[in-house]
Formats: sequence, C-alpha cells, structure tokens
Amino acid sequence: MNFPILSSVTLLPVLGALFILFSKSKKNENKNAINLSLFTSFANLILTIFLWYSFDKSFTGFQFIEEQNWVSGFIKFKFGIDGISILFIVLTAFITPICIISCINSVKTRLKEFLIAILILETFMIGVFCSLDLVVFYIFFEAGLIPMFLIIGIWGGPKRVYAAFKFFLFTLLGSVLMLVAIISIYWITGTTDITQIFEIKIPVKYQYVLWLAFFSSFAVKMPMWPVHTWLPDAHVEAPTAGSVILAAILLKMAGYGFLRFSIGMFPVASEYFVPLVFTLSIIAIIYTSLVALMQEDMKKLIAYSSVAHMGFVTLGIFTFTPQGIEGSIFQMLSHGLISASLFLCVGVLYDRVHSRLISSYGGIVNILPKYSLVFAVFMLGALGLPGTSGFVGEILILIGAFQKSFLVAILASIGIILGAAYMLWLYKRVVFGKLEKSELKELKDLNFSEGTVLFTLVGLVLFFGFYPNLILETVHTSVEELIKNYEQAIIFNLNTIK
Amino acid sequence: MENFNLILPEIFLSLSIFATLLIGVFFKNSYNLVTNITYVIIISSLLIIFNSFNDSGNLFSNSFVSNSFTNFFKILILLGTLFVMLITQNYIKEMKLNYFEYPLLLLFSILGMFFMISSNDLMSFYLGLELQSLALYILASIDRDNLKSNESGIKYFVLSALSSGLLLYGCSLLYGFTGSTNFEEINLKIELGNTGAIFAMVFILVGLAFKVSAVPFHMWTPDVYQGSPSSVTSFFAVVPKVAGIAILIRFIHIPFEQLIDQWKNILVFMALASMILGAVAAIGQTNIKRLIAYSSIGHIGYALAGISTGTTTGYSSSVSYISIYVIMNLGVFGCIFLMKKNDKYCEDIKDLSGISKQNPLLAISFLIIMFSLAGIPPLAGFFAKFYVFMSVIESGMYTLAIVGLLSTVISAFYYLRIIKIIYFDEIENSFDKIKNLGITSTVFLSCSILVLFFLYPSILNNIVNILSMN
Repeated sequence: MNFPILSSVTLLPVLGALFILFSKSKKNENKNAINLSLFTSFANLILTIFLWYSFDKSFTGFQFIEEQNWVSGFIKFKFGIDGISILFIVLTAFITPICIISCINSVKTRLKEFLIAILILETFMIGVFCSLDLVVFYIFFEAGLIPMFLIIGIWGGPKRVYAAFKFFLFTLLGSVLMLVAIISIYWITGTTDITQIFEIKIPVKYQYVLWLAFFSSFAVKMPMWPVHTWLPDAHVEAPTAGSVILAAILLKMAGYGFLRFSIGMFPVASEYFVPLVFTLSIIAIIYTSLVALMQEDMKKLIAYSSVAHMGFVTLGIFTFTPQGIEGSIFQMLSHGLISASLFLCVGVLYDRVHSRLISSYGGIVNILPKYSLVFAVFMLGALGLPGTSGFVGEILILIGAFQKSFLVAILASIGIILGAAYMLWLYKRVVFGKLEKSELKELKDLNFSEGTVLFTLVGLVLFFGFYPNLILETVHTSVEELIKNYEQAIIFNLNTIK
Repeated sequence: MENFNLILPEIFLSLSIFATLLIGVFFKNSYNLVTNITYVIIISSLLIIFNSFNDSGNLFSNSFVSNSFTNFFKILILLGTLFVMLITQNYIKEMKLNYFEYPLLLLFSILGMFFMISSNDLMSFYLGLELQSLALYILASIDRDNLKSNESGIKYFVLSALSSGLLLYGCSLLYGFTGSTNFEEINLKIELGNTGAIFAMVFILVGLAFKVSAVPFHMWTPDVYQGSPSSVTSFFAVVPKVAGIAILIRFIHIPFEQLIDQWKNILVFMALASMILGAVAAIGQTNIKRLIAYSSIGHIGYALAGISTGTTTGYSSSVSYISIYVIMNLGVFGCIFLMKKNDKYCEDIKDLSGISKQNPLLAISFLIIMFSLAGIPPLAGFFAKFYVFMSVIESGMYTLAIVGLLSTVISAFYYLRIIKIIYFDEIENSFDKIKNLGITSTVFLSCSILVLFFLYPSILNNIVNILSMN
C-alpha cells in the first residue's frame, strides 16, 4: 500500500491544531475550536480503526513501513507498526477525543490553547509508537514533554509550578542518558534503524550499560519505585484531561519502550537484570498500594494505584513468557481505559464541588445514582474483578510470573488484595454512607456529554473483560516473534560462553 | 600574479568604511544616512563573498588565506551583524546612541574579524584580533553618560588587554621555538617534545578562550553584557563568538595539529567547566541580559566540546552548533527589544510575569526560543546538541557527553523558569505594542527556523561538510 497512512495518522492532529490556531470566528471562538478539535480527533480515531482493520495479524515483522531520507548519511525517518504498537496508537486516538470532551466542562480559561496543546501532544504520542528509528523515537518521546509541561503548568491546580517542573526535569534527566546510549548504538552498529539493529545484534559486552541507560529513562517514565515521586504530584495538579493523558498514554510509552527496545535490542542484559526489575516491581506493587491506602486525596490515591499497576506491567514484561508479555500489554491497555475513567470520575466530582479530598464526600449514591454506577464499574475494574478488563491482564501476568518464580507471584498476588482494599475503601467513603454534608445535596447527576463518555468507557471495560481475544490475537504473532528472538539470543550467548 | 579577488571583501570593506567615515564627518546628524549606507555595505559584501564562495588560495606570501571555511564564517558574521542592526535600530535612536560612529565601529570590528579568520600568520592574526577588539571596547562604553556602560567598557578593555598580552606572549614564544610566524611552517616545525611550543599553545588558547568567554576566562561576560547598552550586548553575544570559534578551529587545526593530545585536555576541561558553570550560575539571575550571558557561556561550552574531539566531524558539529546559536540568540535579543513598558526598556525577568495574556505572540516566541536553547526536541537547539554529542561519543569521550547532557538538564531549569514566569504566573503588567518590522521579522524568522528545522535537519550539515578545512 502506497498511501502513507502512518504519517497521516501522526500528522493529522497537528494539522487540526494549525487550523484552530488560524481560524477566526467572531462570536463563538471556543465553540469553533471545540468543534474543529473534535472533528480532527474523531477523524483520526476512524483512521486508526481503519488501520487496525487492515492490519495483517499473522504477519511477523513490521507493516505499513514508510522510509524517508532525513539526516543525510546518519538517520532515516522510518515509520512502521507491528502487533504491539498498533493497539497503543488506537488507544491514543481513542483517549484524545475523550479528553477534549471532558475539558469542555472543566477548562475555563484559554480553551483554544488547551485544545491546541492536546492535539500537538497526540501527534507526539502517536509518533512514539510509530517510529522504527531510535532518534526519531527519542525526538517524539521528548517532544511530548513540552505540551504536557504547559498543560500542567497553565491549567493545573495550586501547586502546578512545582509539579510541572518536577515532571519535566525528572523525565529529562532520565532521557538524556538514553540519548547517550542511542548515539553509542549508532557508533557500535552504524545505524539507528531498529529493524537493522535487531539483525546486527549489539555485542553482549555493551548490552549491560546500554540497557541501564535505557532503563533510567523508561523507569522514570513508567514510573517505577523509587523514581515514581513525580507522578502523584503531576496527577494531582494536572487538569482532568492532563491526568487522563498522563495515566492512559504517557506512562504506556515506557512499557512500550521496554518491549520494543530493551528486550528487542538487549536480550542478554534484559535476562541479566531480571532480579532488579522484579525487586523494584514487587516493591512498587506492595509499597505504593500501602501508600495508596493512606491517601486523603482521590487523585493521589489513583496515581499511587497507577504506580502499583505499572509494577505489574514490568513484572509481566520481564517474565519473557507469552502469557506474561501479552498480559502486560493487555494490562497497559486496560489500565489506559480504567485509570482514564477513574480520573474522569474524579473530575466530574471536582467540577461540581471543587474538592478532591475523600473527606468532603460521602453518601453521594443517594443523589448521583448514575455516577455511582459507572464509578463502581471502574473501581471494580481497577481491582481486577473477573468480567472487567482489569482481571484479564492481572491473571495473565500472574500466570507468567508463576512460571518464573513462585515467591514473586505470591508477593504480587498480595498486591491484588491490597488493591481491592484501597479501591473498595475509597468507594465506601465517597459513595456510601449517609448524605450529611449540605453542599452535596444540590449536586446534579451526569450530564449528557459526561454520561456518553463514561458509559462508552464502561462498555469497553466490560467488553474487553468478556472478549479479550480481540486484543490478544492482534498482539499474539508479534509477541511470539519477540520471545523467539529473545530465546535465540540467550541460547546463542550461552553457547559462546561455553 | 596574485589573485586579489580572494581579498576583495576585505578591500571593499576597508575602502567603503573610510568613505563612509568621511560622509559621517562632513554631514551633520548623519546617523540615519550612515546606517543606511552600512546596510548597503553589508549586503554588497555578502554578495561579493557569495560570488566567490568556493575560491580558495593564499595571498601575501601565505599570510592570508581564503577558502569556503573562512567564507562561511564571514557570511555568518555579516548576517549576524545585519540582523543585529535590524533589531537594534529603534533602541539606538531611543536611547540617544545614534552617533554616526556606531555603525562604523560595527564595520571596523567586522573587518578585524575578517582578517583574523583569514589570517595564516601570527602577525596578521594578531592585527586582525586587535582591530576587532578595539572597536568592541569603544562599543561597550558607547553610552558615555552611563556609569555602568563606562564600567563595562573599562572592565572589558583591561581584561581583554591582559588576555591579548598573554596571547602575544604565546605568539612570541611560538616564534622563538619554531622560528616562523606562518601557521603552516609552524605546523611543520613543531615537534612533540617541544615544551616551549606547548607553553606557547597554552598562552594562545587562554587568549582565545577569553575572546569566546569560556570558563575560567569568562568573568567579564556577565558584567559587560549587563552594563553595555542592549544593542551592543546583542552584537557581543552573537558576532565575536562566531569569529572566536572560527579562529580557534583554524588555530588548533593548522599550527597545533601535532599537539592534539595536549590541547585536547585543555579544551575538554574548558568545555566541561563552561557547560557546568553556564548551567549552575544562571539559575539565580534576575536580569535577563545577565542570564543570557551565563547561558552563552554554557553554549560556548558545547561548541568547544565539539572542537575538543579533534576530528572533522567534531569541527563540523561545532560549526553547526554556533550557527544555530546565532539564530537562537538573535531571536532572544529581538524579544528583549520588544520588552518595553511605558517607553522604557525592561531587563528584569520579573517584568515578563504573565505577559502571555496581553502579548501572546511575544510569549510564544519566548517559549519556542527558550525550549530551543534548552535543547528540547524537535526544535533546532536539540539538533545542534545532538550533532555535538554525536561527534563527542564517536571519539569515545563518554564523560564529556554524560556531564554535558546532565548540565543540559540543569540549564533546562532556568529556561523553564522564564517560561513559567511568562505562562504560569499571574499577570502583573503588559508591554507596549511595538510595531517594528525589523524586530518582528527577525524574531519571526528565528522562531520559524527553530521550529521547522526538523523538516530538513541535514541542511546545515550539508553546507558545513563541504567546507574545506585547510
């Protein structure tokens, strides 16, 4: 196929942003901007679903490859997708319109600029998942910092400046080491095209250091314990749409990075560092779950729960079993939906009461029945109840973990129990009980736009809970290929040592 | 028969400067006239150089050299001066600095830089350097009734004279130990064990490091940047840096080629120290010109890092870096000249508070330039750093690369602080709406180059790679 569909999917949001920038409407500027951005993001969603539809699930390797000479002699601008990346592109294209709808109610100032920032961010995020070249990947990966920094800093809460700086500097610090590693890879292999690097294979003696450099970037972005501290701040201060994008997509870039780059390029080092990753993951799962239990701020609680869920993801990835990796991908996608929805739920309450503290609520089931219903579904999804998408990911990861280490799997299971504890307790304190606070009595239930968004998400969470195969069969071939390459590399390395 | 076409730009510049000087003397209030003539002179010089871009050769018993490398830098200098004049014209008039000598001094210093870049002999090198510096001393103190301007002029003069003295001492040592003043002959006669030549090299590097304000010879920079009138600062921040980097590359490439192990250590140290100091010291600044001074020290550090590799790719990466640095700094100073409140120019960073609501275009220009200075992709500043670190890692200097990149994170902090003040803080005041085609077009051009650079990032490389280094 000659039509450059990946570039179109990537560039469409920026085009929309340019249209919004230059469109002038005299009387209703905001409405005009919202319509334009909704139009672009839905068009992009349709385009990505078409991409998913025309994607060949049985094909190993990359599809829809586009290549362009870029930095002459050095780097080619190369796009392409496989079963792992296609789903993240769809997720990104799906979450963006949801953010745009959600900000209609919550963003009061400079709506036009906000929409432009969201659309530009969408371009960068899709670019990350499309790129098949390390430098191109790095550029998209880092460029996303600019709009996100502005989203947190301009439209955020009272401590937004601190949160925005912490987010930016933490991520940048992790990433510059990755840049050193990328340039080193260029001088070791002579290329930054990852399909070629997979074939050339980086010598084992370099793999350990390079793996650590990539790890420093992805661990911050993931975020893994102990470098997770930027996430609660960023989540609490960011506006609802910002939190949604952060939780649903930005965190997934790191998981995707582990799958695509760390395991793909450094299989021997990945095997070597499994104990490190397992330890950090288990600490993340148990420690941050305990921390989440004690939170008084709803957004902070969900942020810590995100860290715990991401702990499951890294655990699953580094089991190197088909179940573990497919479970991780599934968990990332389902967490993308569920955490996004939970932040939207908090946003709904915040827009009405202007408080995120758990103690300001209680008994709202009496006046907000629809809201309580959708919140219940997402809460149950987050704690991994069978029948929701959250369950499938966790069970697959645990199956993978049991094959590797009994102890690790047991410890991770404790995390699930703790997850149930903080989520149920949150729900009990916010939704159940007597309606005592007078300011809550006047609340209105979900309006049309909120209802549409949240019920769509409920539908998806349940749909993927009952029919996970739609996702799993898309990723299956690519994951098998990944594990096959990984095992070959390990065996090859063992033979050379002998 | 010598080919005088090679030196045509210099001859043209000298003759036209003297002619213009006469016009300035004989007509009263001739600032406007002289400025317009200066524009014509600069553009004609550009055309002359473009016309003979690839001609190379020597003149005057091999003491003057002209090739695509020197021509590239001459074009960069002329373009830098042209845009500096465009953005400063209004300021000069309003601050009553409109002496007709002002544009002529710029031309004199350009002429000095031309001779310095093209010099192939210690004598012609020193003469060019001094011609440039003398014009700069006067420029720094051109605001005669302003105490700070005088102070900065004297500070610059004293310290610069000291460094010139060291440099001259180095030149004399070099002559004493090699018996020649010609670059190529020195290169042939220098031997590895020649301690005297190494001494000479250190002195010369110190002198040059002073001119480009590399740490530890940077002390004058913040004071001179802050004290001089902004119009002069914008020239200081752009043009002499370009010339300094050019002559530094020529120096270490030709006469000191054999001493690579020795100057490599010195340059690596200066690069590291400049990057770290530029990043750390800028954090506490409240005056935007002072902040730019420290940031320019940091940027020179990155340019030196490229040179310190001693490879052709390293030199090219430095040339690319300095070119992008020029574009970014012209944009910054364009923005600074737009910071005007109640007919007074502001220099305090706090004055920028919340201007994103009242002056959205100025705010977005600052945003683009600051992110580019911080080296965040996909802006041009990232590619500049990327090329430098590409060559640094090629030479296996991992410490330099890692420390350099970590200091970009630190320096990102203060660039972000400016963005924070512009976008996140509450509005305190707004600036006058200035309609000046020169400034707005320069800022617009600078920002659009920075943003669109990623579309064709090899354009600069392609040009730089064809430059002949000899």
